[in-house]
Amino acid sequence: MHAPTPQPKKRLLRLRLNGRWREDAVAEKELLVDYLREVAHLTGVKIGCDGGECGACTVLVDGEAVPSCITLAVRCEGRDVETVEGLATQGRLSRLQLAFHEKLGTQCGFCTPGMIMAAEALLRQNPNPSDEEIRTALSGNLCRCTGYVKIIESVHAAAGSTP
Amino acid sequence: MTSTPDHARLAKRRGVPLIDGIDKVTGKARYTADLDHADALVGRIFRSPVSHADIIRLDVSKARALDGVVAVVTGDNCTHTYGVLPIAMNEYPMARGRVRYRGEPIAAVAAIDAETAERALGLIKLEFAKLPAYYTSADARAPDAVLLHDDKPGNLERDVHNQFGDVAQGFAAADLVREELFSCAEINHAQIEPHASLSEYDPATGRLTVQTVSQVGYYLHLMLAQCLEMDSSRIRVIKPFIGGGFGARVEALNFEIITALLARAANGKVLMQLTREETFITHRARPQTDIRLKLGMSKNGRMTACECQVVQRGGAYAGYGIITILYAGALLQGLYDIPAVKYDGYRVYANLPPCGAMRGHGSVDVRHAFECLVDRMARELGLDPFAVRRANLLQAPTRTMNDLVVNSYGLGECLDKVERASGWRERLGKLPPGKGLGMACSHYVSGAAKPIHRTGEPHAVVNLKLDFDGGLTALTGAADIGQGSSTMVAIAVAETLDISLDRIRVIAADTAITPKDNGAYSSRITFMVGNAAIDAAKRLKAVLVAAAARKLEARPEDVECVGEVFRVGSAGQASLPFADVVAAALVDEGAITVKGSFTCPPNFHGGKHRGGAVGSTMGFSYAAQVVEVSIDDATGQVTVDKVWVALDCGHAINPLAVEGQIEGSVWMGMGQAMCEETRYLDGLPAHASFLEYRVPTIAESPPIEVQIVETHDPYGPFGAKEASEGALAGFPPALVNAIANALGIDLNEIPVTPDRLTEALIQRRRQARLASSLKAAS
Repeated sequence: MHAPTPQPKKRLLRLRLNGRWREDAVAEKELLVDYLREVAHLTGVKIGCDGGECGACTVLVDGEAVPSCITLAVRCEGRDVETVEGLATQGRLSRLQLAFHEKLGTQCGFCTPGMIMAAEALLRQNPNPSDEEIRTALSGNLCRCTGYVKIIESVHAAAGSTP
Repeated sequence: MTSTPDHARLAKRRGVPLIDGIDKVTGKARYTADLDHADALVGRIFRSPVSHADIIRLDVSKARALDGVVAVVTGDNCTHTYGVLPIAMNEYPMARGRVRYRGEPIAAVAAIDAETAERALGLIKLEFAKLPAYYTSADARAPDAVLLHDDKPGNLERDVHNQFGDVAQGFAAADLVREELFSCAEINHAQIEPHASLSEYDPATGRLTVQTVSQVGYYLHLMLAQCLEMDSSRIRVIKPFIGGGFGARVEALNFEIITALLARAANGKVLMQLTREETFITHRARPQTDIRLKLGMSKNGRMTACECQVVQRGGAYAGYGIITILYAGALLQGLYDIPAVKYDGYRVYANLPPCGAMRGHGSVDVRHAFECLVDRMARELGLDPFAVRRANLLQAPTRTMNDLVVNSYGLGECLDKVERASGWRERLGKLPPGKGLGMACSHYVSGAAKPIHRTGEPHAVVNLKLDFDGGLTALTGAADIGQGSSTMVAIAVAETLDISLDRIRVIAADTAITPKDNGAYSSRITFMVGNAAIDAAKRLKAVLVAAAARKLEARPEDVECVGEVFRVGSAGQASLPFADVVAAALVDEGAITVKGSFTCPPNFHGGKHRGGAVGSTMGFSYAAQVVEVSIDDATGQVTVDKVWVALDCGHAINPLAVEGQIEGSVWMGMGQAMCEETRYLDGLPAHASFLEYRVPTIAESPPIEVQIVETHDPYGPFGAKEASEGALAGFPPALVNAIANALGIDLNEIPVTPDRLTEALIQRRRQARLASSLKAAS
């Protein structure tokens, strides 16, 4: 009675994801977050809102923190995309991952991947940020558990440690 | 009941990170929407476009006929109501006959992909006849209002009336009596993970497996059996990682039942992911509350009587409503010594999403009013806010007039700590203009002494399994929702057995594997499950000690276990490593399984008066806090500069997690006090995104200095009580009291948004102008 839903137009996307080049056919309207979660199975990238409100989906594109839920996947053609899954090297936690774990910068953990990626972008640009600089850099990332106190402590601890 | 902890060693420790923390920081933790759903259908819900209407006709035939749609369900697919209290289950997973709030589920589809599911929703036809809709308690209670539920006259879900002590005499004896009205906006949990549920029905075996965001898998399990008319033994409810709860996920939620109905109708697997907007609409949070509070006080600050009337706008269905309105009255007591208390509570139905349990359940808004009014009366009497609280302290152990038992009570110490830390005495009244200090106290239960389903079973059961590999697995039904309860169980077992924490795995909240548990609510897990874990560990210890004794040819009472070594005599004349003792113990009975339990004795189950069980607990946490603010009186913008908080949690089993819980709860109180508020336009949520619903960001969140007070509760595990909720209710009044201190303006509405504060400032200027012109005229 009703025709099947038409398949959207796709094109080939080539990008470097967590250090590895890969190619996938993606719909032109596909959001980066859906590509990362559903195609690349990187479910550390979280969806917490209906678009650009909470920061849980934050990933790095060419080193810059972006909300992947309001970024088209095809915009990442030829670019370097990093998610929380790419931070640990050979099972060794990154300094931010270790600090968030040890200082309890994570409680329920849902905002944590996005929070850590936003902090990662900050520390790469500013290795020793002040409280205010941390607050500014993470102001797009909502956390409902910690009151942010231990998140700030975690970022400071990571900044003070040797990478 | 208390174990024999090495208090010195426990106290030395600063705490341990969460045992599942590494999964969270690496992205390995799988939340419901992250689970394998490659072959799952996509579920979507068709929701009511109006607030109140009779359904004339619902036509899903076109949706059903759409290519790619596998199942469509409606109210016809479930004729059973669900809910919380067995006496108050008045909600269908999908509306039958009538819709009572905008966004109420009416039908649902399962399709091969999201686009098809969305299209199918667009093909559903609904005809309805509108009814008058009520969005305020007053409108819903008007004499001519149409009833939302025929059996509830006056649109009242429940009214509560009780009096303890002689209130009239108390007011007569007072030197000062004051009465004020307070209003607290409705708020939402706003946990960062949106709601999601993954259901799989296997038609070959007739089994249903549900993986979902529930804080209480057991409640959902019961409701699934009821709504799907299934044998309970064919259902399995599993909790994956959960992205926050705060009470949102205590009751079984409509979308969870709907997803299961879809899975069965489709004979397959369905993933339902709600949007943030739908997550807000599902609601079940803190109701809009009006409070009329009257207090009597003598010149020295002693409270003589309290009279409190509370009206909660509960939304369209019962949910937790009866319990919330009972909590609001019951927890007027248990914090201070008040000789007479009268309470009148009204839980009202309105055409809005149903309210429910939220952190500090029932107690927060009433505590806000109370702590504000106490402060104002202290000011009028020329007394210090700390002195007034100290004049009304309880003496533990004691039993309040409404039969709440207080076994340990550290409020006095909390007051001392925050008074000192904040520099209260030196700084109060000496701050620069626009700055102020305020304080308040609060308390909360460590688990409800009487559970909702009174089956007579223990309140908590924990199983321990020890096998050939020397690994110890703790099985608990308690849901870790980020608060660290699984870590708490591991610590309780490790401390009792004096073994390494790394040796222990915790498997939590899977109804096929773990023993039943009443779940994560009313801060019950540490107290109840912690005690059960200690009990299980002691039983295991007895088995191991007996095996070691046989091997060492000693009497069991002479064997001690220290750091995974079993030895005889303090000089260690003979000893065995843990692995050898395990091997010896297995010889007798194979893999060892022991069970520990905890039961809350009837003595603690509350008063005999109607609803007297609510509020009863074996251990109250106590908290005091000081808030410092800076205010821009041009814009009405309040900045919280710092918070000092102290909480009596009996004993901190994991100090790191206790700090985290206190910080988080204080901050959540800040959101309610300053910016969080749900808004509806003709019943349509106007707040249903994180841009409209303003949760504080890191930019405006203050430093919170936490101090832990340990009163070593006689019944708590290692002396512990709850730490996750008790401090929340103190923030809003401490903030309002700080604003009063800074500006001399008393505010009776929260949240204190810049527009509300600006309005109050304008009104004060207007009144001052009027007064001066009248003075000039005379």
